[in-house]
Amino acid sequence: MDIIESLEILAPGPLTTVQDLGRYGFGRYGVPPSGALDSFSLRTANLLVGNPETEAGLEITLMGLRARVQTDLVVALCGGDLQPHRNGKPFDMWCSQIVEKGDTLFLKAPRTGCRAYLAVGGGISLAPVLASKSTNLTSRFGGYHGRPLRKGDLLFSQAPDRHFQKAGKMLPPEGRPVYRGDWGIRVLPGPQDQDFPEESKRVFLDSSFTVSSQSDRTGLRLSGPAVHRKKNLGDSIISEGIVPGAIQVPGDGQPIILLVETVTGGYRKIATVISADLPLLGQVKPGDRVKFRKVALEEALVALRESEKHMDMLKQSQG
Amino acid sequence: MNYDPPVFRMMGDRAFLVELGDQINPSINERVRELFLKLDRRPLRGVVELVPSYRSLMVVYDPLKTEKHRLREAIVELYQATDPSLVPEPRTLHVPVVYGGEYGPDLEWVADLHNMSPEQVIRLHTGTTYRVYMIGFTPGYPYLGELPAALATPRRETPRTAVPQGSVAIAQRQTGIYPVQSPGGWHILGWTPINLFDANRWPPTPLEMGDLVRFFPVQKEEINRWTSSKA
Repeated sequence: MDIIESLEILAPGPLTTVQDLGRYGFGRYGVPPSGALDSFSLRTANLLVGNPETEAGLEITLMGLRARVQTDLVVALCGGDLQPHRNGKPFDMWCSQIVEKGDTLFLKAPRTGCRAYLAVGGGISLAPVLASKSTNLTSRFGGYHGRPLRKGDLLFSQAPDRHFQKAGKMLPPEGRPVYRGDWGIRVLPGPQDQDFPEESKRVFLDSSFTVSSQSDRTGLRLSGPAVHRKKNLGDSIISEGIVPGAIQVPGDGQPIILLVETVTGGYRKIATVISADLPLLGQVKPGDRVKFRKVALEEALVALRESEKHMDMLKQSQG
Repeated sequence: MNYDPPVFRMMGDRAFLVELGDQINPSINERVRELFLKLDRRPLRGVVELVPSYRSLMVVYDPLKTEKHRLREAIVELYQATDPSLVPEPRTLHVPVVYGGEYGPDLEWVADLHNMSPEQVIRLHTGTTYRVYMIGFTPGYPYLGELPAALATPRRETPRTAVPQGSVAIAQRQTGIYPVQSPGGWHILGWTPINLFDANRWPPTPLEMGDLVRFFPVQKEEINRWTSSKA
């Protein structure tokens, strides 16, 4: 099968990495999932260009990616509106389009959201490491030689011409998430909610927290009124496994929403973000406000099935 | 205290912790290991990840493929079925360490804190067989215990932003080895050339939960002998 040079990175912006849907099954070795923070957008972009939803794409953080198209391609850009341009003109999101050899794609600055996902028809040809193409930045493996993309990097795709017929597909506007800077995130209590007094639980649910600039793919650090644990308890707990979306509260009472680059932790988790809202966390940026809303397990599962139904419809329409 | 039956704690809508006790000790940890191995060898439908730790096993599942009560029942059943043949003998990894100086910048400080000589600290640190209680924090990082009580040391007040790869460090009753450069709040006693994580090797780490570790001191001049070795 033909592997063809598809993109050259002219400028990477602050952080552009290769990510797929993450690596699972290696947590016993301390290996976190990594993967696209906003999996909804990566999956959608892949399906729009006719890739399997599990294929790798580029996760572009905030701005600044400039890439040159090396051969005619079908691409789709989904997620945060980072003001994408093609040859200096605005470029549509949430649909697949043909771009031509020599075109330049540029993402200027965030208008809404924090991360955009670029899928290329034919995928990103890289060898999976521990069953995934996702980049693990801490231990420097997976993705593009285990590191963020740099100027001059070349990406390859498999038989991109076979995807031309997919151009022109789009996710209808009603299926697209809306990113405000003011987030309502649904949570389930636990696993250590019993370690917080009622008053702290109220503070946690009634307050609006500001997202700190210290946030990254490991966690969203929040600042706001302190969420105190019960007085007789120590600062930390015996380390244990964690999942993305677990909200840990260290000694200072400032919550951290854990994301995809860690698999164990030693602080109490007052609540955990529901699966249906996890992709939104990838669009939360420093300075945004976050408010939590408690739901029941049943509501969380209904929301998840609902979001998967959209994805199934998209899969079917791709035939 | 042992939990029997296990305590289940939900973590969101796709994971739960199976807690088997409330403290750090080898027998609780060994029961976590047994349950982990049972679930690993006979995977339950919908389970995507198992993370064993000191006193609990985290089970991550796909809620579109299975339900928590179904998994819970199956796990309680597996937990009760004893099968010691499942649990392999732990392996022992002998780890060479260059103690002190530039390799172990906190050795003197730790010695002073405990009114010992650096040599006494080294003797205590190398005189114990440690159990790998869990692997976490960063890929391949082994949480080893227990450190002799005489060496129990609180974490650094200010964590370092970059602890070099291979650093051998202590905190409270634990000791560990940093597989990659990362931030860290433990006290660095020494350095080892042993590679604890390689994503391109299978398995990616020479240690698994339940294995044993012995440290032994080497001089920095000898270190070339060990750099490519797995001991």
